[in-house]
Formats: sequence, structure tokens, C-alpha cells
Amino acid sequence: MTLRDIAFRNLRRRKTKAAFVFVGLLVGVSSVVAFITLIEALTHDINTKLEQYGANILIVPKTENLSLNYGGLAIGGVLYEMQEIQQKELRKIRTIKNSANVAAVGPMVLGAVEVKGKKVLLAGMDFGEVPMLRPWWIPRGQYPEKQQILAGSAAARVLGLQREGRIETNGRTLQVSAILEPTGSQDDQILFAPLPTAQAVLGKEGRISMAEVAALCHGCPIEDMVEQISAILPGAQVMAIKQVVKGRMEALDQFRRVAYVLSGIVAFVGMLVVLVTMMGSVRERTAEIGVFRAIGFRKSHVMRIILFEAGLISTVAGFSGYLLGLGLTKAALPFFSDSRGISIPLDPVLAGGAFGLALLLGLAASIYPAFLAARLDPQEALRAL
Amino acid sequence: MAFVEGENLIKQYGSGEGTVMAVRGINLNVGKGELIAVMGESGSGKSTLLSILGALNTPTSGRYRVGEKDIYGLSHEKRADFRREFLGFVFQSFHLVPYLTVKENVMLPLAPAAMKGMEKGRLAEEALARVGLGGKANRLPGQVSGGEQERVAIARAIVNRPPILLADEPTGNLDSKTSREIMDLLKALNSDGMTIVMVTHNSECAQYAGKILRLSDGLLVEEERVGMNGENHLPLSEKEKKLIAAANLF
Repeated sequence: MTLRDIAFRNLRRRKTKAAFVFVGLLVGVSSVVAFITLIEALTHDINTKLEQYGANILIVPKTENLSLNYGGLAIGGVLYEMQEIQQKELRKIRTIKNSANVAAVGPMVLGAVEVKGKKVLLAGMDFGEVPMLRPWWIPRGQYPEKQQILAGSAAARVLGLQREGRIETNGRTLQVSAILEPTGSQDDQILFAPLPTAQAVLGKEGRISMAEVAALCHGCPIEDMVEQISAILPGAQVMAIKQVVKGRMEALDQFRRVAYVLSGIVAFVGMLVVLVTMMGSVRERTAEIGVFRAIGFRKSHVMRIILFEAGLISTVAGFSGYLLGLGLTKAALPFFSDSRGISIPLDPVLAGGAFGLALLLGLAASIYPAFLAARLDPQEALRAL
Repeated sequence: MAFVEGENLIKQYGSGEGTVMAVRGINLNVGKGELIAVMGESGSGKSTLLSILGALNTPTSGRYRVGEKDIYGLSHEKRADFRREFLGFVFQSFHLVPYLTVKENVMLPLAPAAMKGMEKGRLAEEALARVGLGGKANRLPGQVSGGEQERVAIARAIVNRPPILLADEPTGNLDSKTSREIMDLLKALNSDGMTIVMVTHNSECAQYAGKILRLSDGLLVEEERVGMNGENHLPLSEKEKKLIAAANLF
């Protein structure tokens, strides 16, 4: 028989009160765990999506002209002379400080050609980098090789192109190797050819109109990379494509703040439940505590019994709260993200934190009742019987 | 030399017109190995006196000494240690902890002690055997009779082998046969050298004592020697001497 045994036996006897304390802590801890895990899972999801967005840095020639199109709609029809970048300059990108974060560099040459009497944009690109730069493309057919083209869905429809069909342009015959499934982007309007083929058709050998860079941005400083590329390509304008991601991250930050506030409130309410229940438990045990004190238990002995009970329930609530929190996250994720199969991060620090939080809440809420119990005058307690 | 000594003990509750004088200047000497019965009407101050002797109720004035040590000069925590080491309590309503078994109830005073569980178990079994309850160790208090609960309370009071046993109406809730059995048990413990002070209404039970103190309205009105115990001032045992000498307690 030790002080711990007394605590164990009391918990076994007063199951309802123990259950109240347990539930109070469980709700508090599981809410905090669920909120934090949900935020972590969504952040991880966004980072993963960011990597899958394809190109997220755009390199274009510096120009003093202003664009006359908005949302893909060209106004006027004024054509500016297009400036170009030397293709060999792009090799320098592999030398920047954050080159390890560069997943792909996609040079692109652009120019207008006439096909079947209609003007159409011809884009030359490195198809080896397409899976990284355009992961959403679904070609019907094979990606083009030398003297072949890939037609965007709208371009194929307007020009009446079929797979294996041929087009004549600038005195060259090119075969249609594939037609793209609609992408909903400007790519639907364009004919794509391998870079050397397009450069030859457009008469721009060794030159490119722009380049796309896919940077692995999970934790990479994209602004720094933009600066580094700008420094090595002084004749080019380097831009980060980040508006969408930034918007989502800002929304997530707001959600994070709200979640932390809610977590705090729920944890506080849980603590109040523990406090009220433990106070009730101490009142209910006045006689028993009076006997303990009368037969020679010190105040510290009584406090140890109460705090051990709280600590024991808190430990179980911490473990259960962590698991419940993960379960709640799993259940809630589909409402917050359309991604399938988002993994829930199993963070040992969070698991430890859940235990710590449960213990902190449980013990903090029990200190006052334990103090009251210890202060109980044995004579008064026994007289109250 | 008195083992337990109360000098002009006064206990007053409240103040002003609502003042209640529960104990009014009682002088008390209990020799080692004595069995004392404290009698009196309800409200005569018996239980208050017992709670003062039990180091539970600080007197308004007066001195209470055990082995020449001023008990109310001790800190609250040291007084708790004194209760645990020196005193055994038998409460009027037993006050057994309902969710602990008979054996666990008996072991309760040993719970804070840094003693091996087996040793605690052995002491509890010895105490239970002493009160004749060896076979009911694993029952809950609600599963034994009133007389047996009283025995459990006595076993709990003696498990620590304290030199002093305080009993508040030990037979108050029992029939006459069981009362006699309990008194025989207390008498046997007293014969082994335990100093016992009991509060009782029952004059038959009081006859087991060596000395009867009669209280009335907070005053000690009569002191009557009954048997041989009153003359039987035993020498202090080694444990008692050690306890008294223990610097960390006093």
C-alpha cells in the first residue's frame, strides 16, 4: 500500500468523476492535436502541390514595351519586335547557389507561323523536361521528335489537324505526332515542336524567347533564387509565379491563427472541466482526507495522492487525445482539401507535446483542489461527518 | 513521571457572546501503560479533549506534552509525523475507506512510509490476526459486520505499533456482546504496554479502565481509580525512547 495505490483505488472507485476529468482533457488535447495536424497536413499538401505546379520561375527578355493583352485577350494587334536570350546563357542557371533546388530548366522559342492560311503560334521546347514543367499535359499520341509537332486542342480543331497528319509551314513539312487534351490554358492554342525544329522553322537557331524553371520549393527560398538567376542573366527579367500559392498560404496562415485561438479556448475549457471535477471530488472526499490527515498523512502526502490521480488520467488522456486528434484530422481533411491521399504527418514532437499539454492542463487544474485538500483541517473534516 | 501530560488545557470556540468553552482548564496525567476512560454527558468536552490529545485540535491555551515534548510547539507537518508514529486512532464511526479492502485499510498508516510492500503486508496481517480478522483481509469494509469494522479500525490504529491509542466511543455503535469483545481486545493491547485513552458513555466499558475521568461542562470533575492499571506505570520501550529522542520529530 503506497500513496499511488490509494490514488489508483480511488480512480477505480470514482469512475464517473475520473471519466469527466478524462473527457475534459481528451477534448482539449485532441482538439489541439487535430488543429495542429490539420494545419501541418494542409501545409504539406500545398508544398507538394507547389512542386507539382511545374514551372514556377519565368525568365523572359527584358523589354521596355508594355503588354497589350489582359487575361489572354489581345487588344489592338500591335506586334512588338520580340527580343531573345542566347540559349547557351541558360547553362549558368545550374551554377547558382540554390542550384540544388532547380528541378528543370525549359528553354522556349516562340514565333508566329502560317498554317493553312491561318496565323498560329509555334513554340519550340525541350520535351525531355515536359513531365516536370507541364505535368498536367495529356497528349493523344507520342511527344514530337525532329520534324514533328504537338498540337494544342484548340489549334488542332481550328486548323483541322489529325494525328499522323502533316502541315506545311515556312517551306518545311512537319508531322502531327500528338494532339493535347484540353488544358484550359493558352497551351490549347499553340503548336509545339522540339526546340531545334522550331528554331529552324523560325530562323532563330541558338536563341530562345523565354525559359521556364521548375524549382523544388518545399522549403526553398524562391525569392532568393529569382535574385540569383537575375544576377547571372542581366539581360533577362526573372519572375516568380507565386500568386496562387501565396494566396493559399495566406489563407492557411489565417486558418492557423484561428485554429490556435480555438485550440487555446478548447484547452482552457477542458482545464475548467478538470478543475471543477477535481474540486467536486475533493469535497466528496472530505471525510476520507480528514482520516488520512488524522492518522498522520502530511499535507504533501495528500497533495501527492490528488496530483498522482490527475497525472495518471492526464497521461492516458494525452495518449488518447493524440490518437483521437489524428483521427479527427483524417476525418476533417476531405472538407479542407480536394487532394486525395494526403498523408497525416506523424510528428513525435507533437505526440510528446500532447502528453506534455495533457499533463500541464491536468496538473495545473488540480493544483488548487490538491492544495485545498491538503489544507483541510483534520479535526474540521472529521467533525463534518 | 507522566507519559502524557495536559496542563491547564483550555479550548474555546468562537468569540464574544457566541463563545463556547469546550474545555476549561483540564489537567491530565496519563502514565505509560495506563488505560484511561473519559466519561461525561454529551457536550461535556470529552471529544474535544481527545482531539487535543490526538494533536488534531490546538488548545486555546495550556500545554500538552508527550514524553516531555510540547506537541503543539511542533509544526503542522511534524505534528502529522507525531500522529503517524506515536498515535493510533479509533474513530467513533470507524471511518474506514470504503474502496480499500480490510487489509489495505489496515495498511493505510504505512502508506507514506518508505517500507517494502511485503513488510507492510506482514505488519497488516499481524495486526489483523491480533484483532481476530485474519480471514477477512480481502473483503471491503461494507462486506463485514459493524463489530468487525471496529476491529479493522483497531487493527489500523495499532499496525504502526504506536505507544498511544486514542479511541472515541469504541463501542458506541455495537451491541453489548460485541462491545465486550472489543473491550477485551483493548484490554489485551493495554496489557502489552499500550497506553490507551478512550472516550465512552458506557459505564460497563469504563470498568475495563484503570482510571476514569469524569467531565462536566468542560471541567474535570472526578478522577476515579478502578483497577490496577492506574498504578501500572510501565517503563518506556526502546521504540518509545527512540521516538521521543528523535531530533527530526521534535
